[in-house]
Amino acid sequence: MATVERAALRWDYAPAPESRDAAPLKPRYDLFIGGSFVAPTDGTVVETRNPATEETLAEVAFAGPGDVAAAVDAARGAADGWAALPALERGKYLFRIARLIQERARELAIVETLDGGKPIRESRDVDVPLAAAHFFSYAGWADKLQYAFGGRAYEPRGVVGQVVPWNFPLLMAAWKLAPALATGNTAVLKPAETTPLTALLLAEIVQEAGLPDGVVNIIPGDGSAGAALVRSEVDKVAFTGSTAVGKEIQRALAGTGRGLTLELGGKSANIVFEDAALDQAVEGIIEGIFFNQGHVCCAGSRLLLQESVAEEVVRKLWARMERLRVGDPLDKNTDVGAINSAEQLARITEMVEAGEQQGAVRRSVTCALPDAGYWFPPTMFLDVAPANRIAVEEIFGPVVSVTTFRSPAEAVERANNSAYGLAAGVWTDNGAKAFEVASKLRAGVVWQNTYNKFDPTAAFGGYKESGFGREGGPAGLAPYVRLGG
Amino acid sequence: MSRSLTPVNRVGVEERAAALGRRSIKTTAKREGIRLATSMIDLTTLEGSDTPGKVRHLCAKAVCPDPSRPELPSCAAVCVYPSLVGVAAAALEGSGVAVASVATGFPAGQTSLKVKVDETREAVAAGASEIDMVISRDAYLRGDDRTVAREIEAVKEACGSAHLKVILETAELPTYAHVRHASELAIAAGADVIKTSTGKASSGATPGVVLVMLEVVRDHFERTGRVVGVKAAGGVSTTKAALHMLVLVKETLGDEWLTPDRFRIGASSLLNDLLMQYAKLDGGHYGRAEDFSKE
Repeated sequence: MATVERAALRWDYAPAPESRDAAPLKPRYDLFIGGSFVAPTDGTVVETRNPATEETLAEVAFAGPGDVAAAVDAARGAADGWAALPALERGKYLFRIARLIQERARELAIVETLDGGKPIRESRDVDVPLAAAHFFSYAGWADKLQYAFGGRAYEPRGVVGQVVPWNFPLLMAAWKLAPALATGNTAVLKPAETTPLTALLLAEIVQEAGLPDGVVNIIPGDGSAGAALVRSEVDKVAFTGSTAVGKEIQRALAGTGRGLTLELGGKSANIVFEDAALDQAVEGIIEGIFFNQGHVCCAGSRLLLQESVAEEVVRKLWARMERLRVGDPLDKNTDVGAINSAEQLARITEMVEAGEQQGAVRRSVTCALPDAGYWFPPTMFLDVAPANRIAVEEIFGPVVSVTTFRSPAEAVERANNSAYGLAAGVWTDNGAKAFEVASKLRAGVVWQNTYNKFDPTAAFGGYKESGFGREGGPAGLAPYVRLGG
Repeated sequence: MSRSLTPVNRVGVEERAAALGRRSIKTTAKREGIRLATSMIDLTTLEGSDTPGKVRHLCAKAVCPDPSRPELPSCAAVCVYPSLVGVAAAALEGSGVAVASVATGFPAGQTSLKVKVDETREAVAAGASEIDMVISRDAYLRGDDRTVAREIEAVKEACGSAHLKVILETAELPTYAHVRHASELAIAAGADVIKTSTGKASSGATPGVVLVMLEVVRDHFERTGRVVGVKAAGGVSTTKAALHMLVLVKETLGDEWLTPDRFRIGASSLLNDLLMQYAKLDGGHYGRAEDFSKE
């Protein structure tokens, strides 16, 4: 009988890049104002780049002050008609947008990854499906608003100005637009400077869905366009971004009577107790800090470990970090992609250096990083003093700082010892402890035995310097209406 | 003494296992993965209707899965009932393919320890170099860990130099925490390999169960340096499922565990699906099922 050798086989994943052909980009994208794509009148045209390769993807029109005013005028002109539409009809438009997002899901995911650097795995499985889910969820609310406000009378705010960040470009646009439209407002949305493309594809979808002209206006631009928008004659401002800019906006709007919600930074605590399921906690820590390269406002950037299991968790976490696949964001097996911009990379690098100088022990994964583009290896800091900058300030990158605690009370005290209060994670197999600790945490979202889970029906928002107002679920409708008796 | 369970979070386990199932395995990775999975198969027949003729056919297939593709490796072992061990041993002599046999009152384990030990000795004497035993779920579910351990120790002793695979029959364990606990118990009692299932229960080697068992083996290795193997058996019948298993191993224990010495897949119908998928990589189209012999 012939025998066959069982050779010593080695096995690695072959490159599995998502095809760029499935997402053909136009050479240039204009401003979406009053239902049409228009060239800027006093703005500029800039190139948007792929942060993983630094190659130019397309030209994008940036709005100038006159363009911002034109967009607000268009929204104002559409406001009465949109508000007067039967709520069921408004809901149908939202359903249509949701379905079109699903139809173009693959294209949207690829463009999100190209423009922002996040792994295709995430844009495909998280960003795009969740964006559609938000429109579906709020489409259902449109004709049921009386149940969201306890039977009180309500009317739309009117025109809302919305400024979204670069970390979840399409998803944040969905978070902002869906509740605003469901409640009968018209909107001017400004995507982030470095990631305008998926918002402009959403503008195409809005057009295709046949929304009345001017109901949704999408105007890319830099910080000055955002500043102009929030200071325009709008009835409500919704901003997601840095705490510094949020404070400026709040100052500018003080006394104007305009509505404002802010979803700002965070330095969220992820607390692991000794009685947690440790292997799953490690997965949650990974998800908490390396999801989207840590460019997540609610990232679990402060890891608090009970001293009795700290060594074991750190060992497991490090082993897991070494298995993260860092590289080409379009590869379907990539876990950690590119840093969103040169500017953000510089900020992360500066913070990490400061952390080292202030005595924390740095451990960064050794992995081959591409030559072009912006990259930062997954990193943890041990022996982090509570006053160290990396324990206090938001890094917004793939960097977790680790400290220990001895008792639940100490864990709560340390977790709450922050200017921020956006999110927290609690890991324990003991249900009573989980609820007791969660109830004491001053954070808008507390995840138990999981992290970075988002759902359109759940409210999201912060305490303290993480902002105010809630997005998602019925709570997310309230900021977009004026309530009567 | 009451049992202390290390917590395992069901949602977290299944989420992680499912995420690893979404790895994209294409082109060369798929080709190599199929070859690797083939080399890890314990080609199994455990039917009341098994005959010497059927076992001989199966042995020939394990040694040379597809004569037209000599680059495909042999399977790791052929797994049969004790009464057919002699037939398999004769058929596989000199081939490098091991003879494995279920013993200990497979699949229910509801016989006395003496019968289990005798059956094991018989199978080894007839030429089995690997014994797949079942734990006494009856004792385990009563909380009698000592009896479970004692039986494993006794069968291990009866194995002599044969390798012992301990089947937990995870479908009959209440939670993942019990899967973890039973794995630790079996390893402490001397298991060379821990195995998910008999293939006769309602479910088999689910990705979550295999992940938890791999984590136990990883933790044990880190603590003691002792290598324990894992065998996924039951329900792994497609190439996709087999590659999912390889991904679980690779990303939990690392490449060193991707060998037939450390990871096995117990299966009967998997091999033909691997062969069909392999042929498709070459030909670009699927063959007919009848192009591949069942045995």
